[in-house]
Amino acid sequence: MEPIITHTGIGVPLRQSNVDTDTIIPAVYLKRITRTGFEDALFSAWRKDPEFILNKEPFSRGSVLVAGRDFGTGSSREHAVWALKDYGFRVVLSSRFADIFRGNSGKQGLLAAEVAQEDIEQIWKILENHPGTEITVDLESRTVTCDTLVAPFTIDDYTRWRLMEGLDDIGLTLRHEEDITAYESTRPSWKPRTLPART
Amino acid sequence: MAGHTKKTLAEKVWEDHLVRKGEDGQPDLLYIDLHLIHEVTSPQAFEGLRMADRPLRRVDLTIATEDHNTPTIDIDKPIAEPTSRKQIQTLRNNCEEYGVRIHSLGDAEQGIVHVVGPQLGLTQPGLTVVCGDSHTSTHGAFGALAMGIGTSEVEHVMATQTLPLNPFKTMAINVEGTLKPGVTSKDIILAVIAKISTGGGQGYVLEYRGSAIRSLSMEARMTICNMSIEAGARAGMIAPDQTTFDYLKDKPHAPQGEDWDAAVEYWTSLKTDDDAVFDAEVNLDADTLEPFVTWGTNPGQGVSLSQSVPAPEDFQDENDQAACQRALTYMDLVPGTPMKDIRVDTVFLGSCTNSRVEDLRIAADIIRGRKKDPNIRFMVVPGSARVRLEAEAEGLDKVFTDFGGEWRFAGCSMCLGMNPDQLAPGERCASTSNRNFEGRQGKGGRTHLVSPVVAAATAVRGTLSSPSDLDPLPTAAAATEPASNAA
Repeated sequence: MEPIITHTGIGVPLRQSNVDTDTIIPAVYLKRITRTGFEDALFSAWRKDPEFILNKEPFSRGSVLVAGRDFGTGSSREHAVWALKDYGFRVVLSSRFADIFRGNSGKQGLLAAEVAQEDIEQIWKILENHPGTEITVDLESRTVTCDTLVAPFTIDDYTRWRLMEGLDDIGLTLRHEEDITAYESTRPSWKPRTLPART
Repeated sequence: MAGHTKKTLAEKVWEDHLVRKGEDGQPDLLYIDLHLIHEVTSPQAFEGLRMADRPLRRVDLTIATEDHNTPTIDIDKPIAEPTSRKQIQTLRNNCEEYGVRIHSLGDAEQGIVHVVGPQLGLTQPGLTVVCGDSHTSTHGAFGALAMGIGTSEVEHVMATQTLPLNPFKTMAINVEGTLKPGVTSKDIILAVIAKISTGGGQGYVLEYRGSAIRSLSMEARMTICNMSIEAGARAGMIAPDQTTFDYLKDKPHAPQGEDWDAAVEYWTSLKTDDDAVFDAEVNLDADTLEPFVTWGTNPGQGVSLSQSVPAPEDFQDENDQAACQRALTYMDLVPGTPMKDIRVDTVFLGSCTNSRVEDLRIAADIIRGRKKDPNIRFMVVPGSARVRLEAEAEGLDKVFTDFGGEWRFAGCSMCLGMNPDQLAPGERCASTSNRNFEGRQGKGGRTHLVSPVVAAATAVRGTLSSPSDLDPLPTAAAATEPASNAA
């Protein structure tokens, strides 16, 4: 995973709360067996509308999505994160993220930064009044800068550290393999096993 | 969690699975007892495993089935849609390569992953259960800590049988009282989500408690826990009790003999201590609850069936007003319209929320001896091949087909329309599934979430209905007369 410490890019105002992962990427695109190539799938229903924000310049070149409350609700599909990244987004700002989406983002190097709703509203106004305004997100200082506005964002320490180091979760866990083996030796024998199969 | 002298159910299960306590803000490492996989969220995980040349650590704690893409008719023929066929074939190949047990289309144990786990007795109290599917919360009905995960986490569990997780907050959902006839656990959970909103459970593990919950069957409890994710919660749980033990006894993978006794002793300890403190509490009165249905495009946009479609000005919050306006436009609804006047085109009885044999029985009891509204398409999709067999043994298939319904094979089907079972643009559906998002059941499709009771009554009347809206059943003599109005 590529480390991310700071990112600067065009902000895209998405004035919509409760953006679910079905909307970010409809189920029909989930039949692929690859991890890349989902850029066409991002918001595919909304992108049919010429007025949709990503169909307008300069927003189509945006890399920081500024969304309403409760972003990424619903289905656990990590494809939602892949689609956002494949399209070119590196950061999503919202005042509240769905848990699974936020977790998936952290695994894939998409920064899901939680920003107060009043700051989101301010950023929306700036981006709408001055399309093309760039937003800088800095993990070191945990701040979002948009024009003259500097706002703090929240992210858990562990995810922040992993993003800044570009670390692979599985590799980190396997450093503790002895602990896993030790735990396994204490599991009660009656705990279910899928094999051998009983039906 | 810190500072609690006594523990909640969720905290007990958490602590019993601690491989390693996180230090310096790092998450805890938790052991995973059961990993369920299906064709949609696993291919990239297997690929990651293969590329890193890592083994799948515990195939004996892993089980796969095919559900999201599978057709519900002509299952003996090759899957027509090439991308669906390829995804399912990929799962089969991966399971063969890694030695994972798989229940494929045509197998009696094939079906929706969240129906399969419980029916095999693999889902048990006190386990940690994960699956690359958000409705994994279903398994919490047994007092398991069950969570939906993304594909990276699927790969992580395959490689390590653990997950790094940040501790959750706990929320008690207290439901006291007695449900009125025709009111079900689906109505409880829809009312809970409307009350706390789609983000209200964010960061929490919910524990459903109270006399109304205790009196529910296991299958009804699964319906409630299933939709915990629609309130944004990471999991939902119900403490195991005699109902749980009775359901599990003699299931294929339930402990046997002395193991059973040891398990029950442990399971009995899995309840929230009397003096434990929840981080939040929500109360719901079961006595006054009515059938609940959604009008909008997220599961929190619901009202009692006897109420009307709301207007944006009914909401205080500016964002809620905008969301209401957008939903009304998408759903093509006018504020003030009584919910019972809304005519639907399709009724879908199925999904991991409401496709178990009890759901099918409830619906069959309502439609038995009645005629379907001639303009309604009524699709019944059992949750698993086993459920289908059970229902057929009871003659339920005959009730549905006599009524004019379609009796399908098992799978996720129209809940998300990854297979050909989809709504057409503008088509309106009363659905026993879990999500009414824009386009969820097919591009442009309009979904009203309902219980199996409301689904069945709606199929009779053609508009959103409860059984109390139906005409009395014809007498036995009248029923034998030839049907003159079979359009």
